Amino acid sequence: MKNAVGREIPEEALAVELKNGRKYEPYQGKGYRDGKYIKKAGPTSKIYQKPQESKLLPSIRDAIIATGLKDGMTVSFHHHFRDGDYIVNMVMKEIVDLGIKDITIAASSLGSAHDPIADYIEQGIVTGIQTSGIRGRMGDVVSHGKLKTPAILRSHGGRVRAVEEGDVHIDVAFIGAPTSDEYGNARALGGKGDCGVLSYAVPDSEYADKVVVITDTLVPYPNFPPSIHGVNVDYVVKVDEIGNPKKIASAAARMTQNPRDLMMAENTAKVIAACPWFKEGFSFQTGAGGPSLAVNRFLEPLMDEKGIKMAWAIGGITGPICELQRKGKVGKIIDVQDFDVAAIEDIRTNPNHFEMTASEYANPANKGAFVNKLDFVVLAALEVDIDFNVNVITGSDGVLRGAPGGHPDTAEGAKCCVIVTPLTRGRMATICEHVVTVTTPGDCVDVVVTDYGTAVNPARKDIIEALDKAGIKHVPIKELQEKAYSLVGKPDDLQWKDKVVAILEARDGTILDVVREIKPYEN
Amino acid sequence: MELKAVGTAGTLESSDVMITLEPRDSGGIDLTLESSVLNQYGRQIKAEVLASLERLGVKNAKVIVNDHGALDCTIKARVECAFYRGCGCDMDGRFDWGGVIR
Repeated sequence: MKNAVGREIPEEALAVELKNGRKYEPYQGKGYRDGKYIKKAGPTSKIYQKPQESKLLPSIRDAIIATGLKDGMTVSFHHHFRDGDYIVNMVMKEIVDLGIKDITIAASSLGSAHDPIADYIEQGIVTGIQTSGIRGRMGDVVSHGKLKTPAILRSHGGRVRAVEEGDVHIDVAFIGAPTSDEYGNARALGGKGDCGVLSYAVPDSEYADKVVVITDTLVPYPNFPPSIHGVNVDYVVKVDEIGNPKKIASAAARMTQNPRDLMMAENTAKVIAACPWFKEGFSFQTGAGGPSLAVNRFLEPLMDEKGIKMAWAIGGITGPICELQRKGKVGKIIDVQDFDVAAIEDIRTNPNHFEMTASEYANPANKGAFVNKLDFVVLAALEVDIDFNVNVITGSDGVLRGAPGGHPDTAEGAKCCVIVTPLTRGRMATICEHVVTVTTPGDCVDVVVTDYGTAVNPARKDIIEALDKAGIKHVPIKELQEKAYSLVGKPDDLQWKDKVVAILEARDGTILDVVREIKPYEN
Repeated sequence: MELKAVGTAGTLESSDVMITLEPRDSGGIDLTLESSVLNQYGRQIKAEVLASLERLGVKNAKVIVNDHGALDCTIKARVECAFYRGCGCDMDGRFDWGGVIR
């Protein structure tokens, strides 16, 4: 059956069983579930009526035993420690050593720090993966069909919806925290490996049957105000190190000096400034990639020129937006993740820099997430096709190596979604006929800015009119794709086997696309 | 002009290709291809290398192509350069510009 972005969704994928018995549907177009209802799936939560001094247990192993984790269960993790994370590998090693099998990992994201999990997949111990990001060896083994069930890849908002709706049921959540007290009140500041916020772990703490907080810095009770509330936590474990602080908080992203990136950033800022939503009190999100980040720098003079300020900025936060706020040009920063040391320092001291939960950020099934009020979002892409579909998950070899993250959530929510990407990367045509995998549907993508020109989604007549009025040149996206192919040649289609190795969920829980097992190249 | 020794050209930088030509007496062209864009462009890279070798009159050689996303024009240039180096041509040798060198 073909879905609303023209992708064939096989029966095999539609038949994948969700925990709550909900049946998968193919993607129907944006806003499909708006106005419908969900029944939230609550956890089975243990009663702690008698006074108790502490929830501390001596080790991760003791905590796993205490939670009653068994074969076939689902465990969860968050990705605030990014490439510095030790929690996933430490916990999974103990689970495997205890002989527990048939485990599903439902993480907010997974990265190259988690290469050892690839072994557990190959050994058949980890049989399910549900995540936003999948990279490194894990991406490799899944793409080569080694995971027993198809991986389910979701956006950050889509994951919260899935947890709340009960598509996935988390039996035990393991939440790494920079600090915690003996009752599990956990914060992301004041420890050895501060990550600023714990937004993505909040749904896990509320919807998992058992919750274990793992920290390397125990602080006196009550550790307030907490990101993870002790009332949701069963056990606390102190370990030597939760992660590598240098990789948890990377040095401030250096502003790109690449003239191509700067040109694209400047053109993006001009597109934004030409839109009717660029007015006093506008809202904004940008990614942490080179050209996206540089948009901040070009937006500032345009705001000054018009005499306007930004009311709020959301998303993964970096130094440049905090700096803009210090100059009095941004009202509030609402933070779901910190990408650099500068952002973490800022949330420590700045009273107008707030933490939000993953649900508040991007969940399509709550009563109105931040993304629903967003004016502009600037995003990157691996590929964009002539129907404006975006791929951020599969590389040119068809192997899983990315993350939808908040891309589909902000793209659907924002009034104007701008993708910034060079026309070609090496020999890869970024603007192509058909993306390898659709991760953000084209009906949510409005403008594409490249180094060879800008294209506007023909569905957005209002934006076309605004750009025309401002004298900003734009071309049909087909022209950009033809230009790209004239430079690098038309790519051959990737060769796949039949087996579905991953399902790309749209944020509303329909199926956007599938990834099949890659066929090795025959020389 | 004849390939007499091993000739190498190019680098392992992004958007470049390293070509190594090793002469042999018989057996035709034995091509080994590695590329960062193998799945989408492997066929085209191979065709470009073989066409360049044919133009240069190389009939028997072991050819190693280590590609990092080079465009066709780069691939041609690197094959030609590796060939002339393998032929022992020096800087002011007589090159067939516009002939076999495209």
